[in-house]
Amino acid sequence: MVTPNSELAYNTKIEGDIVVTRVDAVINWLRSSSVWPMPMGLACCAIELMATASSRFDIARFGAEVFRFSPRQADCMIVAGTVTYKMAPHLRRIYDQMAEPKWVIAMGACASSGGMYRSYATLQGVDRIVPVDVYISGCPPRPEALLDALIKLQDKMTRNGGTAKQLLSA
Amino acid sequence: MSSPAAAPATDLLAVLQARFPAAVARPSGDHPAFNLPMAEVPAALRLLRDEHGYDLLIDVTAVDWDVEASPRFSVVWHLLSSTAHGYVRIVAACADDAEPTAPSVVSLWAGANWHERETFDLMGIRFTDHPDLRRILMWDGYPFHPLRKDFPLAGIETPLPDLEVADITKATVLPAPMMGGPFVASTGEMNLTEAEPRAKDESWNERNAKPAVL
Repeated sequence: MVTPNSELAYNTKIEGDIVVTRVDAVINWLRSSSVWPMPMGLACCAIELMATASSRFDIARFGAEVFRFSPRQADCMIVAGTVTYKMAPHLRRIYDQMAEPKWVIAMGACASSGGMYRSYATLQGVDRIVPVDVYISGCPPRPEALLDALIKLQDKMTRNGGTAKQLLSA
Repeated sequence: MSSPAAAPATDLLAVLQARFPAAVARPSGDHPAFNLPMAEVPAALRLLRDEHGYDLLIDVTAVDWDVEASPRFSVVWHLLSSTAHGYVRIVAACADDAEPTAPSVVSLWAGANWHERETFDLMGIRFTDHPDLRRILMWDGYPFHPLRKDFPLAGIETPLPDLEVADITKATVLPAPMMGGPFVASTGEMNLTEAEPRAKDESWNERNAKPAVL
């Protein structure tokens, strides 16, 4: 969006090529603007996840288009689908292989709570084995809901206080 | 079109009884069905396959009649004639109620391999001479057979398949909250709200204990 009021924007002619900010804000902004999702597609939610990544909904508008199937290169696991007990340890191991900092989105009813699978074979919510940052309702959720979850996650990233201190102490 | 020679015999019972006198017709609402002694099943299936055109093994499964029933388990084979488009069902009771066994037919149909593994996994039928009788759906080491009548749908508490992950997460396989479920949709309801899946039996859930006698 172009605003005619240039006084509110940063003016290099007046202030020079300098931006003054806090390192926490910069790191949080970098993180939230380049989320690399790990698509943990386990059921029909993965179809909506693919739709979200595709041109119609275009998750690239939010800087999260770089889906990486290697956990080493990803920082946001999107658990899209039903997690069985047989799959649960593998999911946890993939989560463990992701580099810090990392986030988890539980996409849909199954990942959030087991959904309609109230049975002996299904993990009743992926938050029992990995820490979840954002839950999405729906069965499956619309792509807009996943984008909303991503925006909420980005909001959570930018609100993270003491980022630099955490990095130095790590 | 199918050749007349490959058509199923009109009187399969006579065909089976000629070789297996213990064969009896089984009440069936759809396809011809026969009860056979367990030991004669592989030979009977081979006869149906080689001489009567039932060339395709559709299904191997089992029935758990009841915890108290004896014989408790029956194994069921469905065959299809791909030339005459007819099914036949063969049923045999397992002699042992505690350790049910059945002969494997992997030597007749390679496709029986995974059917028998699934039947072993979920029903606990051991198929003798099976080349690789491992669980196929539940993980190796799972202690139960979930489709048996004495296994609750919610499940029974057991450790996670991976003990290292179980140690990190402190998670176990817990019984799922049923809330009076299972939840099933009503059929024939015009009102979609009424047709939504819901528990048919709300007499017990997490708050109200299951009555001793239902």
